[in-house]
Amino acid sequence: MNRAKLRQNIAFTVLGLITLLVVVPILLVLYYVIRHGWNAITWEFLTAAPRNGMKEGGIYPAIVGTVLLITGTMAFSLPLGILSAIYLVEYARDTLFTRLIKLSVVNLSGIPSIVYGLFGFTLFVVFMRMGASILAGSLTLAIMSLPVIITATKEALEAVPMVYREISLSLGATRWQTVRSCVLPYAIPGILTGTVLSLSRAAGETAPILFTVAAFYLPRLPRSMFDQVMALPYHLYVISTQVPNVPEKFSFGTGLVLIALVCLMNLVSIILRAHFRKKKQW
Amino acid sequence: MVEQNAIIKTINLNCFYDNLQVLRDINIEVYRNEILGIIGPANSGKTTFLRALNRLNSLNINYRQKGVIVFEGQNTQDIPDSLIRRKIGIIFAMPQVLPVSIYENIAYGPKVHGIRDKHRVEQLVEESLKKAFVWDELKDRLKTPATKLSGGQQQRLCIARTLAIEPDVILYDEPCSGLDPISTAKVEDTMSLLAQSYTQILVTNNTKQASRVSHRCAFFLMGELVEVDQTRKMYTHPSDPRTDDYITGKFG
Amino acid sequence: MRNKFGERVIETAIRFSGFAIIAFVILIFLFLLKDSLSLFRVYSFKRFILEQKWLPISEPPTFGIVPLITGSLLVTVGAIVICVPVGVATALYIAEIAPGYLKTILKSLIEVLASIPSVVLGFIGIIWLGPFVKNTFHLSTGMCGLTSVFLLAFMALPTIISISEDALVGVPRMYKEAAYGLGATHWQTLWRIVLPAASSGIMAAVMLGIGRVIGETMVVMMVTGNAPIMPKSILQPLRTLTATIAGEMGETVSGSDHYYALFAVGLILFIITFVLNFTAEVFLRKGRR
Repeated sequence: MNRAKLRQNIAFTVLGLITLLVVVPILLVLYYVIRHGWNAITWEFLTAAPRNGMKEGGIYPAIVGTVLLITGTMAFSLPLGILSAIYLVEYARDTLFTRLIKLSVVNLSGIPSIVYGLFGFTLFVVFMRMGASILAGSLTLAIMSLPVIITATKEALEAVPMVYREISLSLGATRWQTVRSCVLPYAIPGILTGTVLSLSRAAGETAPILFTVAAFYLPRLPRSMFDQVMALPYHLYVISTQVPNVPEKFSFGTGLVLIALVCLMNLVSIILRAHFRKKKQW
Repeated sequence: MVEQNAIIKTINLNCFYDNLQVLRDINIEVYRNEILGIIGPANSGKTTFLRALNRLNSLNINYRQKGVIVFEGQNTQDIPDSLIRRKIGIIFAMPQVLPVSIYENIAYGPKVHGIRDKHRVEQLVEESLKKAFVWDELKDRLKTPATKLSGGQQQRLCIARTLAIEPDVILYDEPCSGLDPISTAKVEDTMSLLAQSYTQILVTNNTKQASRVSHRCAFFLMGELVEVDQTRKMYTHPSDPRTDDYITGKFG
Repeated sequence: MRNKFGERVIETAIRFSGFAIIAFVILIFLFLLKDSLSLFRVYSFKRFILEQKWLPISEPPTFGIVPLITGSLLVTVGAIVICVPVGVATALYIAEIAPGYLKTILKSLIEVLASIPSVVLGFIGIIWLGPFVKNTFHLSTGMCGLTSVFLLAFMALPTIISISEDALVGVPRMYKEAAYGLGATHWQTLWRIVLPAASSGIMAAVMLGIGRVIGETMVVMMVTGNAPIMPKSILQPLRTLTATIAGEMGETVSGSDHYYALFAVGLILFIITFVLNFTAEVFLRKGRR
């Protein structure tokens, strides 16, 4: 018995150490980016366009570009994702069609981001003649974000007790009235959480926007949806690999702003989740 | 009672879950303004029968049904789900309230049926609560969440909620199984008073309750309708020995 | 009446959305296939699959995918060898050993890692991990397979940890209680009962982890050195499928053979990840049952 206990202690210690091995690099990366990036963050850095071959100035157009892309992505993926999840949970029976949709969601979630980039390029940029533009980039990112939104919405809908639907239907409400009044209101927290999470992923993606929207150097703001824009992740890629002699602190600063943006979105989703959980009545 | 007085009639009703047959050739008539008790041991198909009447069974994707259900002389197959469920309301076994206020619970039905006038909705809520005899208890707390009420109050709230959609028939699926004796008595009183203007069907495991409340009674056993008769007659001179055995507690 | 009409519209939209999801997958496949076929019309599929050289701008060009697949395979195997044991161990620790508050902290940290954009990790690889690898292994350059292996393993951890943890938590309590009842220690229970019971979920985690690694683009493009040659070891610069597309797409002429060749590479990636995800789904279903 003592030996078993000893073996357990050793095993647990090893597991703890491995976990530490995972945690420490995460903290190191964060620390490293924050410490070096902090020096770069000035008012000018955040609000000015890059100058002198990106060796001076700021990253304002890239920040605006990323925010625009997130907004565009949300506009396309949110309705489509939520509606198709509603279809799967509330309307679909176990038919071939439904199984095909589920298989498609699984498949979409696995497609590499660069393949989305290729697809977005041939379909939106070339075939539909949008050119490299905010519209094409947003559509590409939107399709990429769909699986996460659908999965999160599905889980949120499935978590709503079945009896709410029964009550509503038994009172003579139609399917859609039931979904709208007795299901969706209780699923919204889960939907929001999943959505914000998927958008934060989209914000950090580089590969899908490489050929669909991202501008190498465009020190002005876009005029329409058909303009190219700079974007934070691509800008970081450019100044750290493509342009020689950009001060390192610019790269760190860009990375820090990008991480801050993504973490801010995650934080929003965490707060939303906590807020709604407190109000939960069932 | 005469044929014309049947409000609901089933003809060779057969119900299945996957390949499991839970109801076999049910032929029964429900008369206007009666309280029909349905008794029988567990798994005899009582609840399935009840939920077949307002088509709640079809929510289960494995459910299949054969035969005809006639409501007011019309094959229910030709009536949309939402309309048949509005005409035939149901009270579930455990009190099931929506996690909103008492008022909103009752107003929900009228609202989905397109009553937009706020005044009319308020009026309906009040009428329904009065008809279910809970108005006096609840009138000052209409804004409180329905989940805060006791089980008995919740169940009578559910009755009021069903009354608010102005149905012709009310189904009860073991409505008192989660309630204490005093709440049970209140629900039973309510049913008796509603009998003046509604047709009611009561599924219950409690043979005593059926004998107290119902005018006629149907005995279901293993998916078959054994007999249906005046309650008083069935409890004193049942025509089938199995009914006698069940009522006197030999099994069940 | 207006209400009915609105309802009809929204229900049509709902059905249409379901249909759109299928349509996207088919569209992605068809568009990749269409452009890939343009290559295979002038350059045989057999040569594409078997040729050992990727020389897209030589005259005549050679589009042999073997060195790229080898590159992808090398870094994937390397990363999986590291991150599966580490990830499963961490999942065990989080699911079964860590006390409540620590569990929350660890899980949020893993979520933070999941949300760090890959381009940031690539940058860290360039300025910190690359030189570190170079000095440690006395290499001529730190921009090589090994550097990306470390980063990819790191990036795949959240996938592996969260899915394994779900599988571990999903093991029925009864199993554990039965083991405790027979006098097993906590560790014996974990090792002999919980871990085997969660094995399909963990297999799914591994599949999805592989998919995550093989599809990663920015990190490998930034730190592998991007040499499209047959890699002899993981310590050399190499090139993956993904980095090839990302790196060369900008330089090709639309409609050239080179352009179509990149779509063919995309098609191969699409098929690989499809198979991986499908297998993972099968494992997940099995685990749920």
